[in-house]
Amino acid sequence: MRNVDLVIIGGGPAGMCAAVSAYNAGAKDILVIERDSDLGGILRQCIHNGFGLHRFKEELTGPEYAYKCETELKKFPIDVWCNTIVTDISKDKIVTAMSSERGVEKIQAKAIILAMGCRERPRGALNIPGTRPAGIFSAGTAQKYVNMMGYMPGKNVVILGSGDIGLIMARRMTLEGAKVHAVCEVMPYSGGLARNIEQCLNDFDIPLYLSHTVTDIHGSDRIEAVTVSQVDEKMQPIKGTEMYIECDTLLLSVGLIPENELSKSAGLTLDSITRGCRVDQNRQTEIEGVFACGNVLHVHDLADFVSEEGEVAGESAAKYILGKANTEKCNINVSTDGKVRYSVPQKITDTTVDIKLYYRVSGVFDNVMVVAEADGEIIAKQKKAKVVPGEMQYIVIKKDTLKKDTKELKIRIDKA
Amino acid sequence: MNRELTCIVCPMGCRLTVELNGKEVVSVSGNTCKRGEDYARSECTNPVRVITTTVRTKSGKILPVKTDKPVPKELMTECMRLINNLCPDCDGEIAMGKIICENILNTGANIIAAGK
Repeated sequence: MRNVDLVIIGGGPAGMCAAVSAYNAGAKDILVIERDSDLGGILRQCIHNGFGLHRFKEELTGPEYAYKCETELKKFPIDVWCNTIVTDISKDKIVTAMSSERGVEKIQAKAIILAMGCRERPRGALNIPGTRPAGIFSAGTAQKYVNMMGYMPGKNVVILGSGDIGLIMARRMTLEGAKVHAVCEVMPYSGGLARNIEQCLNDFDIPLYLSHTVTDIHGSDRIEAVTVSQVDEKMQPIKGTEMYIECDTLLLSVGLIPENELSKSAGLTLDSITRGCRVDQNRQTEIEGVFACGNVLHVHDLADFVSEEGEVAGESAAKYILGKANTEKCNINVSTDGKVRYSVPQKITDTTVDIKLYYRVSGVFDNVMVVAEADGEIIAKQKKAKVVPGEMQYIVIKKDTLKKDTKELKIRIDKA
Repeated sequence: MNRELTCIVCPMGCRLTVELNGKEVVSVSGNTCKRGEDYARSECTNPVRVITTTVRTKSGKILPVKTDKPVPKELMTECMRLINNLCPDCDGEIAMGKIICENILNTGANIIAAGK
């Protein structure tokens, strides 16, 4: 069995940035394992621009962003195995990897970083009635067809879900000559960024139907049409509001789920809201020496934040390997009030460092005060003109504001 | 007359209010940075967009490309038609950043490779 100090699973922005940061923090024996033929992860098919404004201070396409990360990684003697899939991780950090080049191989790691990214929710998760014809794709699959393989999935398109990938694909399909007849969103607000509503839909006069969903699919071999209905506040279709829209393609952009099969095989439990592991401020999971970052931990809006989280995990993993990790630990649980849907990290084990606490809200709230309260005492707050579920926020918990014996840090939303 | 816009410069998506006197921009509010004001002025006088798309190279590889600066919005369809007819010969090299087509439609923008 091969021994490696740090095994990073996934070569997207999280994994690549984790590798560089771990190397710079002193870990020298690093292996990145990537399932695809090349590094970059899902960025490779995200050819639109808007990436990297925070990190590189310029507007990059996905492949450009990935290339910058890869160029940085290649400056260092970091091993990369592409075309290799990890099939199992054990509790004692044995990674089983498989490739046509090396066959099945077991690797004993001192530390592991989980950076496997996320997957799209499929049609099966939606319970849409109707037939099962061809022509129904997840938006990301269509994106791969158009942007990487160079063929169009169809000409007359309806998109269900207004997440960013759906919006981006509405523009992409339009630019390539398709007609996008409608984008339907079951919620009363879009899950995508406001800028994408503007530049992907409004620029091309594509209608966005809020509080609408697909209630029937028609066609036997190929999809021929969908029925779209308005929904009430309980998300039940309202009779009499049905629209029959002819189409040859239905794209689903209905959410992303962290891909945590391997985390489960290692015995890690998942947070029921984020569907990722529960971590501390170092992105360390419940198993010492196993870290998680990027979309496998919680779905991010921006690659910039994914990279940043990769760096946190990478540095922490290096410290763990070198025996420099802080051992004087506390155990502060981070809880949220429901309006704040979740936070990452979920647990704080060190009060002597500044902590950037990321959170996502469950609805649209105007003029609010976001409050961080440690055992009843307010230690941080921030005023926000508007918070929406589609945009992750963060609040900084300054070092030494939490006490070692603090039990709970609560993040809540008050009226400003 | 006022015009409401959503800024597309960064992911914040600020709601902008532009005070217009005919076609002339009198003031911009709602922006949180200078780029927001620039965007609002441009959007009300000469709206522009960066185009990102792909071309098929000689060997059949799909290469991401983009305009290296924004082009007038009304020229997007025409630009796409031209770009889709490009067939650059840049196989076997890292194409990133390479100019694929100069000064498309006299916009001053080049089409450059935005992928490997």
